[in-house]
Amino acid sequence: MDTNGPEKPSRRRFLDILLGTSAFATLGAILYPVFRFMVPPQIVEAQQNSVVAAKTSELANNTGKIFKFGSKPGLIVRTDTGEVKAFSASCTHLDCIVQYQPEAKNILCACHNGIYDLAGKNVSGPPPRPLDEYAVNVKGDDIIVTKT
Amino acid sequence: MKTEALKLWFDKRLGISSAVELAEKKEIPLHRHSIWYYFGGMTLFLFVVQVVTGILLLLYYRPSAENAFESVQFIVTEVEFGWLIRSVHSWSANLMILTLFIHMFSTYFMSAFRAPREITWVTGVFLFVISICFGFSGYLLPWNELAFFATKVGTDIAGVLPFVGDFMLRFLRGGDEVTGATLTRFFGFHVAILPATTTVVLGIHLLLVQMHGISVPPGQEKESVKKMKFFPNFFLRDLIGWIVAVGILAALAAIFPWELGVKADPFASAPAGIKPEWYFLFMFQTLKYLPAKILVFEGEVIGILAFMLGGLIWLLVPFINRRTDSKKAKVVFNVFGGFVLMFIVVMTIIGFLD
Repeated sequence: MDTNGPEKPSRRRFLDILLGTSAFATLGAILYPVFRFMVPPQIVEAQQNSVVAAKTSELANNTGKIFKFGSKPGLIVRTDTGEVKAFSASCTHLDCIVQYQPEAKNILCACHNGIYDLAGKNVSGPPPRPLDEYAVNVKGDDIIVTKT
Repeated sequence: MKTEALKLWFDKRLGISSAVELAEKKEIPLHRHSIWYYFGGMTLFLFVVQVVTGILLLLYYRPSAENAFESVQFIVTEVEFGWLIRSVHSWSANLMILTLFIHMFSTYFMSAFRAPREITWVTGVFLFVISICFGFSGYLLPWNELAFFATKVGTDIAGVLPFVGDFMLRFLRGGDEVTGATLTRFFGFHVAILPATTTVVLGIHLLLVQMHGISVPPGQEKESVKKMKFFPNFFLRDLIGWIVAVGILAALAAIFPWELGVKADPFASAPAGIKPEWYFLFMFQTLKYLPAKILVFEGEVIGILAFMLGGLIWLLVPFINRRTDSKKAKVVFNVFGGFVLMFIVVMTIIGFLD
C-alpha cells in the first residue's frame, strides 16, 4: 500500500494532462470548422479585363454613367469636347461610388465631398489617391473599357 | 384552504418565498442623485420593446438583397399597424442607445464601478458595445441607399486597421463588396448572434446588480442615506417612467414615422448627405478632421486606433481608478469623464450641422 503513495500523484498528473489535452483538442476540432465557416470563401470570378461600358449614341457630351465592371462599379465620362474617359467608380477614401458633375465638370464623391478632376486626380476633400483609370476604345457604337 | 395548499405546493418546488424575501430586501438609496437610478431600468424596458417589436417584424421581413426593401415596404404600407411596429422599433432603438449613454455616464460620475462592482461595469461596457453592433447591423436591414453606403463606409473603416483589416472587412461584408451576402450576414448577427450574446451578458449584469445592491456615491455618507423599498415603491415609479416611454414612442412613431428611403443600388452613385446613425457621428466627424497623413501613418488608422485605445481605457476604468475615496483621484476622473462627454456631445452637434 505504501508503495502506491508516491506513485499516485504522477498517475493523477498523467491523467490530468491526458484529459486536458484531449479536451483542448476536442474544443479545437469543434471551433476550427466553426471559425472557418464564418470566413467567406474567395469566389473566383472570371477575370474580366474589358467590358462594353456604354454605346456612343447613348452617352451625350458632358455626361457620365456608372457601368458594371465585373462586381465593381466603373464611371465613364464623356467630356464636353467629346473625349471619353473611364475610371473605377470606387472612391479611394471610403469606397463610396463617385459621380460626374456636369456643371462643375469634375467627379464628386457625395459621401464626404471628395473631388477628382477629369484626369481622375484627387483635387480636394479626403480622397488620398487618384481614381484608377481604364483604357477606352471605341469600336463602332461600342465604348470598350479595358483594365490597364 | 385550497389556494394555501396550492401556494405551498408551488413554493416547495419553485422556492417562491425565498425569492419574495430577496425582493423585499432590495432597497434603493435616496439622495440628491437618485434620479439617475431610473436610467438602467429604462434601458432594460426599451430593450424589451426592441425584442417584442423585433420578433413581430421577423414575421414579414425577408433577408435578401432582392426582397428586403420590398418586405419592409410591405410592412409599412400593407400590414396593419406595420408602420407603427417598424417606427417604434427604430425609435426605441435610438432612445435605448440614448438612455444607455446616460446610464453609463451617470454610473461613471457616481463612481458606481468601484469595488466590488468592477465586473458589473465591465459587463455594462460590453452591453454598450453589443448595442452599438445591434444598431450598425440593424441599420442595413431595410436595404436602402443611405444604409447601403453607410455600411460601405463603416466596413471600409474596419478595413483600414493594420494586420486584421482585410480579414475584418471580408468577415463583415461576407466577401469583398457590400452585397446581398452582407445583408444575410448582418441579419444573422442582428437576430441570432447578438441577442444570444446579450442574454448571457445582460443576465450576468443584472445578477451582479442584485448581488451587490445599488451603489451609493462616495460623497453621500452610507450610514445616513435614506432608503426606499424596491418593491413596490421604486418599481411603481419605474413603471410610471415606462408608461411615459410608451407614450413618447407612440407619439414619435405617429408624428415622425421612420423613413424608408430609396432601395439600394450597388451600381449607382452615392447620394449627398450620407451619415451614419447619430451615435457614430462623433467618431465620423473626428475622422474628417484628421489629416490624410500623420507622420508616416494614415490619419484614419491613427484615429481608429485612438478610439480603440479610448474604449479600452473606458473598459478598464475600475482597475485604473482604485482610489475612489481620494479627492484628488475623483477630480482627475471627473475631468477625464467630463472631457469625454463634452467631446462626444460637441462632435455630435458639429456632425449634425455639417
